[in-house]
Amino acid sequence: MAQSFEFGGQTFEITGQAALYWRAQDALLVSDLHLEKASAFALYGQMLPPYDSVSTLEEIATLCRTYRPAKIISLGDNFHDDDGEHRLAEGAAALLVDLACNTEWIWVTGNHDRAVSGMWGGKAFDALTLSGITLRHEAQAGDPNPEISGHFHPKFRQVLRGRMVKRRCFVKTPRKLIMPAFGALTGGLDVQDVAISKACDLKYGEGVEALVATQSGFARFALASPP
Amino acid sequence: MRNWRHRGWNAGKLSGIKLGVNLPPIILNWFAARGWQPRRHQLEMLDAASAGRHALLVAATGAGKTLAGFLPSLSDLIADPSDGLHTLYISPLKALATDVRRNLLIPIEQMGLPIRVEARTGDTPSDRKARQRVKPPHILLTTPESLSLLLSHEDSVHMFATLKRVIVDEVHAFANGKRGDLLSLSLARLQTLAPNLQRVALSATVADPDDYRAWLAPNGDIDQVRLVEGEAAAEPDLTILLPEGRVPWAGHSGQHAVPQLIEVIGRNKITLIFCNTRFLAEFTFQKLWDANEPKYAIGIHHGSLSVEARRKVEGAMAEGKLRALVCTASLDLGVDWGNVDCVIQMGAPKGSSRLLQRIGRSNHRMDEPSKAILVPGNRFEYLEAQAAFDAVAEGVRDGETFRPGSLDVLAQHVMGLACAGPFEEAALLAEVQSALPYSALDAATFARVIEFIATGGYALRAYDKFKKLVKRPDGKWHLAHPQFAAQHRFNAGIIVDAPMLEIRFRNGRKLGKVEESFAATLSPGNCFTFAGMALEVESIKDLDLIVRAATKPAANIPSYMGARLPLTTHLAERVRQMLTDRPGWARFPDEVREWLEMQAYRSQMPKPGQLLVETFPHDKRHYMVTYPFEGWNAHQSLGMLITRRMESRGLMPMGFVASDYALGVWSLKPITDPGALFSADILADEFVDWVESSYLLKRAFREVAVISGLVERQHPGERKTGRQVTFSTDLIYDVLRKYEPDHLLLEAAWADARTRLTDVGRLGDLLDRAADTMLHVDLERISPLAVPLLVMIGRESVAQGSVDDALLMEAESLASVAMAP
Repeated sequence: MAQSFEFGGQTFEITGQAALYWRAQDALLVSDLHLEKASAFALYGQMLPPYDSVSTLEEIATLCRTYRPAKIISLGDNFHDDDGEHRLAEGAAALLVDLACNTEWIWVTGNHDRAVSGMWGGKAFDALTLSGITLRHEAQAGDPNPEISGHFHPKFRQVLRGRMVKRRCFVKTPRKLIMPAFGALTGGLDVQDVAISKACDLKYGEGVEALVATQSGFARFALASPP
Repeated sequence: MRNWRHRGWNAGKLSGIKLGVNLPPIILNWFAARGWQPRRHQLEMLDAASAGRHALLVAATGAGKTLAGFLPSLSDLIADPSDGLHTLYISPLKALATDVRRNLLIPIEQMGLPIRVEARTGDTPSDRKARQRVKPPHILLTTPESLSLLLSHEDSVHMFATLKRVIVDEVHAFANGKRGDLLSLSLARLQTLAPNLQRVALSATVADPDDYRAWLAPNGDIDQVRLVEGEAAAEPDLTILLPEGRVPWAGHSGQHAVPQLIEVIGRNKITLIFCNTRFLAEFTFQKLWDANEPKYAIGIHHGSLSVEARRKVEGAMAEGKLRALVCTASLDLGVDWGNVDCVIQMGAPKGSSRLLQRIGRSNHRMDEPSKAILVPGNRFEYLEAQAAFDAVAEGVRDGETFRPGSLDVLAQHVMGLACAGPFEEAALLAEVQSALPYSALDAATFARVIEFIATGGYALRAYDKFKKLVKRPDGKWHLAHPQFAAQHRFNAGIIVDAPMLEIRFRNGRKLGKVEESFAATLSPGNCFTFAGMALEVESIKDLDLIVRAATKPAANIPSYMGARLPLTTHLAERVRQMLTDRPGWARFPDEVREWLEMQAYRSQMPKPGQLLVETFPHDKRHYMVTYPFEGWNAHQSLGMLITRRMESRGLMPMGFVASDYALGVWSLKPITDPGALFSADILADEFVDWVESSYLLKRAFREVAVISGLVERQHPGERKTGRQVTFSTDLIYDVLRKYEPDHLLLEAAWADARTRLTDVGRLGDLLDRAADTMLHVDLERISPLAVPLLVMIGRESVAQGSVDDALLMEAESLASVAMAP
């Protein structure tokens, strides 16, 4: 059972179900928090439990207590919609302010929240590059640089001993690393889906792996290369 | 004409009872012109109606029940044919409503009556539905769900104002489930809209008609409901099929009897072959087909086939083109084919009422016996078949349990009424309480249900600004926006399927559905058997499994989670009695008798009321096997709980296996004191912990979340796009359980988990019994009674820590070994 892996010449640890710790940068990476997703549905009459933002942020806070990172980087779709930032309820907002005060919080903007303002703290970027690795929301085909992104909510599904195991997972190729969604109410897309294999932008003969977090590390599964 | 000829309109004499009933001459003439006379129970129904009473008719299949239900309406409408809805007929099956329409229309036409009859189901085109609301027919045939939707329209007040009678058909089949809850709420509503409404229910023979009288009556007042009983049908001709006296040790399939089944099909005109699961139906069909030398036309019918496929088979049956039809509970109710002359039950019957219903599918002439054959698949099933045989001979039915109404169903109903118009909370509560399942509902819980609809009912009150229902100055609750009504109507319904994929050919033709968990085991090129066909997977796209015909037979058959039919307490009690009645063993086949005698010699047979527990070493492990006969659900739950307790006591349990009859557990250390494991406090200590951490509560939550309207239903064939993305209710469950464990929906999910999923009531009875009556026998080797259980498939291994984690690690290491250079 592996604890860490190499990507773009850097070492990463998988922590929690869907976060990365980048020791050289002392950064915690998460993606697709989709904060205030429940209230976005409530607007349309589906009264989902209003605890998703608190739950998601508490989980980040828990990871922070372990790693005490200098930076937290959230790779887009931070809020479920543009208005989500303004709907953030008191308890969740306090948590976010606290996190953003004690670290350097970086919002990468996504397709759901182009207008993230950082009203609770943190700075917003469309994309940024650290130690030669590009961080953006959605993988960009043709970019030869190592790149970490989110957007697709990859999920590993396999029947093991007659039992269907479904977990969020990371997708790793030589140049792309796609993160799973971190948000408490975020669903997933099968890692074998053609949208993900397209985003992997593979060259002939290159392999793809799914990395699935477990309690004591993560498991690796080689995925069939797309045709 | 083919159906109603057989449905008992003709037989029967007026049995001398003088009833104060005047049938209109036009009906009497119609009977007379056919040389028929109305039956006693038909006249009694007329009498009840003219006395202004509600009525429950209990009669066997083929007794002319449907006509008995409709005669008072026809009679009324002849006297006063004015416009407006007069009678509402409610059937649990869409297809049945269509069928009855056909059977009701023929006599109406023959009598030349100006009575309009129409059906309304989910399949009715929307323009006709709209017209029905403006200009309703005299008689409307519908389902509980469609009625509930009708009541969500504003104009329902006018539509139902003229309603005189409501007829609930096949009430025994659904009164005590969630659809029954929904209908009882709708009946309460109808009674408010039409205070003089007469309620009528038609039922197969049941153990205790008073249960159903109470269910039907406003406020559960059974004295308001007259009980009308049909005459008894002829005794069925029932046999247990034992090819050369053989009864296998294990298995459920009855595969050993296939050559005899082919002979039975040959001897009869049309044979119905009932199987307890869809899997077994496909399996049996395949085996019959392989052995079908005479090339009889055999069909297959089950609930996961596409509607088109089912209609096609039903059509072929009606036209007499099939010699045999392999089917499941999908045909327990529904279209009657008068020409079926033999019914076969594969495997165990599970209950005497269900068996009697199935037997009733054959030969609809009341004065001739129905012919039925039981094919037990193993020795315990033989005992069960024998118990069912005795019960049928004595005419004893299974008792039904009624439970309090579900809160998710109540939420759906209240939302529906809110769509129809503003309501006053106290008045609606009184109306809801008049429905028996909700008679104990208190004002506080009702207020929570309304709050749940309005804002989600969260302690945080985060959604007060997005309210769906608002209380206005007039003191009534109002729908906040008409858009919510459309949303409600789109999502309402009681049946929630497991996530399914549609099986279709590339040309679009649909074959049916398989569960997602089965589909996940398939990749392109894999083959499986479905609808009796060998199919090869071409591709899997979103919610579609695209297939083509396979060139060779496929052994892989989909299985479905579906509810397992549990062995009824009544049959379980009979089987326990049979085991203790040694002289009675003489009538059993040699193999079975010798098996029981050997058990009595090697181990012991429990005395009446005793719970036998055996412990013995086998294959380097220590086994404990017990025989409570409380059904698979209760045994499976007990297995989970006992292995947890063994774990905490250091007995190192490794796995368990449960059947309808017994539970076996194995461990590395021997169990010396089973009494300590079976104590009733296991239901307090381990039960809550287990149910919360298992898939059970998540599964229950998924259903209540959809029914209550918390999440939108995913409609079959609909693509996932944009905002419509459906997300896992498991995630919602996790968040809710963490932050608001007392939420209404978790309460509703718990209620389901306790009753339907774990059978905790029976488990409790079992443990109560165990305390005083346990007979522990320590053996040197496996006992004869334990063999059928321990050779079963479907063993559960005990999960150490997080199962999924363990499986992932195992899979990774296996893959790396296999792929190592």
